[in-house]
Amino acid sequence: METNDQLIQDITTQEYEYGFITDIEMDRAPNGLNEDTIRYISEKKNEPEWMLKWRMKGYEAFLRQDMPTWQNFTLPPMDFQGISYYAAPRTKKKYESLDEVDPELLATFEKLGIPLNEQKVLSGVAVDAVFDSISVATTYKGKLKEMGIIFCSFGEAVQEYPDLVKKYLGSVVPHSDNIFASLNTAVFSDGSFVYIPKGVRCPMELSTYFRINAENTGQFERTLIIADEGSYVSYLEGCTAPMRDENQLHAAVVELIALEGAEIKYSTVQNWYPGDKEGRGGIYNFVTKRGVCRGANSKISWTQVETGSSITWKYPAVILQGDNSTGEFYSIAVTKNKQVADTGTKMHHIGKNTRSRIISKGISAGHSNNSYRGLVQVGAKADNARNFTQCDSLLLGAECSANTFPYIETRNNTAMVEHEATTSKIGEDQIFYLNQRGIDSEKAVALIVNGYVKEVLNQLPMEFAVEAQKLLSITLEGSVG
Amino acid sequence: MLTIKNLNARVEDKQILKGINLKVNAGEVHAIMGPNGSGKSSLASVLAGRDNYEVLEGEVDLDGKDLLEMSPEDRAREGVFMAFQYPIEIPGVSNINFLRTALNEIRAYRKLPQLDAKQFLKLSKERQKLVEFDAKLVNRSLNEGFSGGEKKRNEIFQLAMLEPKLCVLDETDSGLDIDALRIVSNGVNKLRSKDNAFILITHYQRLLEYIVPDFVHVLYDGRIIKSGTKELALELEEKGYDWLKESFREQPV
Repeated sequence: METNDQLIQDITTQEYEYGFITDIEMDRAPNGLNEDTIRYISEKKNEPEWMLKWRMKGYEAFLRQDMPTWQNFTLPPMDFQGISYYAAPRTKKKYESLDEVDPELLATFEKLGIPLNEQKVLSGVAVDAVFDSISVATTYKGKLKEMGIIFCSFGEAVQEYPDLVKKYLGSVVPHSDNIFASLNTAVFSDGSFVYIPKGVRCPMELSTYFRINAENTGQFERTLIIADEGSYVSYLEGCTAPMRDENQLHAAVVELIALEGAEIKYSTVQNWYPGDKEGRGGIYNFVTKRGVCRGANSKISWTQVETGSSITWKYPAVILQGDNSTGEFYSIAVTKNKQVADTGTKMHHIGKNTRSRIISKGISAGHSNNSYRGLVQVGAKADNARNFTQCDSLLLGAECSANTFPYIETRNNTAMVEHEATTSKIGEDQIFYLNQRGIDSEKAVALIVNGYVKEVLNQLPMEFAVEAQKLLSITLEGSVG
Repeated sequence: MLTIKNLNARVEDKQILKGINLKVNAGEVHAIMGPNGSGKSSLASVLAGRDNYEVLEGEVDLDGKDLLEMSPEDRAREGVFMAFQYPIEIPGVSNINFLRTALNEIRAYRKLPQLDAKQFLKLSKERQKLVEFDAKLVNRSLNEGFSGGEKKRNEIFQLAMLEPKLCVLDETDSGLDIDALRIVSNGVNKLRSKDNAFILITHYQRLLEYIVPDFVHVLYDGRIIKSGTKELALELEEKGYDWLKESFREQPV
């Protein structure tokens, strides 16, 4: 009979099964970061002068800044001169057919319910011209275009819609915001651009899936989403399938702009390589995500499911500038082995009657360290601002830690800020109760965890939620039995 | 159906079962009574396979299978159901989803087809009615915020859904008011059949007025020291346990 201690041991030490495929041909810049590197990137991307200037400003800001010291973990040394900052679209090693792909990986895809064609793309099997998703994507793109919706790569936007890019780029996350954002500004490779015109409700979830052919998110990704007055968009980033990448440092920037009456819903599932049991080789995910509710009655909602990376450092924020605007943050962060997650949100209440809601669910296992860090700021003019924060931590095993760092700053005495926090363990009693009803320990843990995170999963678009739920079960799956 | 032979078990350093012998046939209801600390609930825990109980000696046979060799979930799948004295709360997991998972796990083990949503809901409605279970509680999180009585009634509802062959009710009557006791007992009486068996663990004769047992056993200091019919329960109600304890001390085993 398996004891619960053993179960927890198994779950918490299970290794990420999919290593790297490193056989890559590259057209790349020499290692190192300097003005020439930036010029090289800008030139390769055929950028206008103003983009280069902006990159240079980012670089200068990068040089002026020190690494952050306030986080609740030891920052590993990073050699910024040791990496190459530009590589032409990479080709992962191609297989002839799915038969050659690691059956374990396919089993995971199967469990996640990923369609066959997508499995091929994700595992690097060469796909022929009649690839469903791509033709579907093309059809969708046509439909979006009819409605005036722009959804393209960042590079394309710089060429095709320079006025929009110029107007909004850096307006939410300035080039000097933090050292990682500055680095991104200087060297970002590509990303996504979305513009929803006035009064248009985007009829489908926009997903990076549709850009599957232009995939290669890369190390320094940049996303800019503008929802014009009265418009609505739901954007999905990432993928539940395990993501392999040979770049260790990821420093993405996402900027969202919601004008009057607009709503942006941004959902992320992050499953980057978390490193081995000792945390070696995992991705450092240092992301700056921020949205501004610029107009009255606008709304921005962040939902994230973070299961991968050896270090996750991100605080999706909302600047509630317009009166009656709303910001939301729903988060699930899972850490195991020696993973570190320092994540949370910032809600800046500036306008009157602004509201924010924060629901954070941390799950820690193994020797991992999971911190919620949040700031709720109410400015002097933000009359009747309201915030509700709930931070829950769930611990599996005795070796992990969970921390909560809620910061509240209010300068307006009409503000109402509520904070609730709980810490719980999966009880042996709970597992035994489910065992006694015929449910094995592995399923029992999955059931309990899914119950715990339900409030956040409910925020995800339906299909994504189902995938994320499976991902959580798989992430916490041990070799019980 | 169930044969327990010379069962000895301990928790940590304390031996709590000291040679239990018991035979339960299909269609029977056995009541196990005894003073506090005599090992009644421990017996239930050992049968269900709770982790911190270590079996030192003895055998437990369920229809020809060695129960002690099985994991707790396999015991459940073989048809052992324990109604908990203190049912556990699991936030966020809806009662109905939990039950569907449980039922389908059990059916998979028995190589029966899975019930689809429609079939399952039909069954659930039928059984809710049978055991008078409040429909509102069906969609709530498992036992979360339920009153003591509601939790106990939920145990009986689960029993009705999972159709086990051996049902061990661990002090299901404790903490129930008279109406809840009647409802719970009615439920059990309706679920009794020639194919299943019940072991009722209880302090009080009161329950046995509603669910009439075929046999009554008195557990004391980890052993069954007296067995009889339902009249024994009445005798205990009248005289307490002391007279039995004394006669037991005179004849050490």
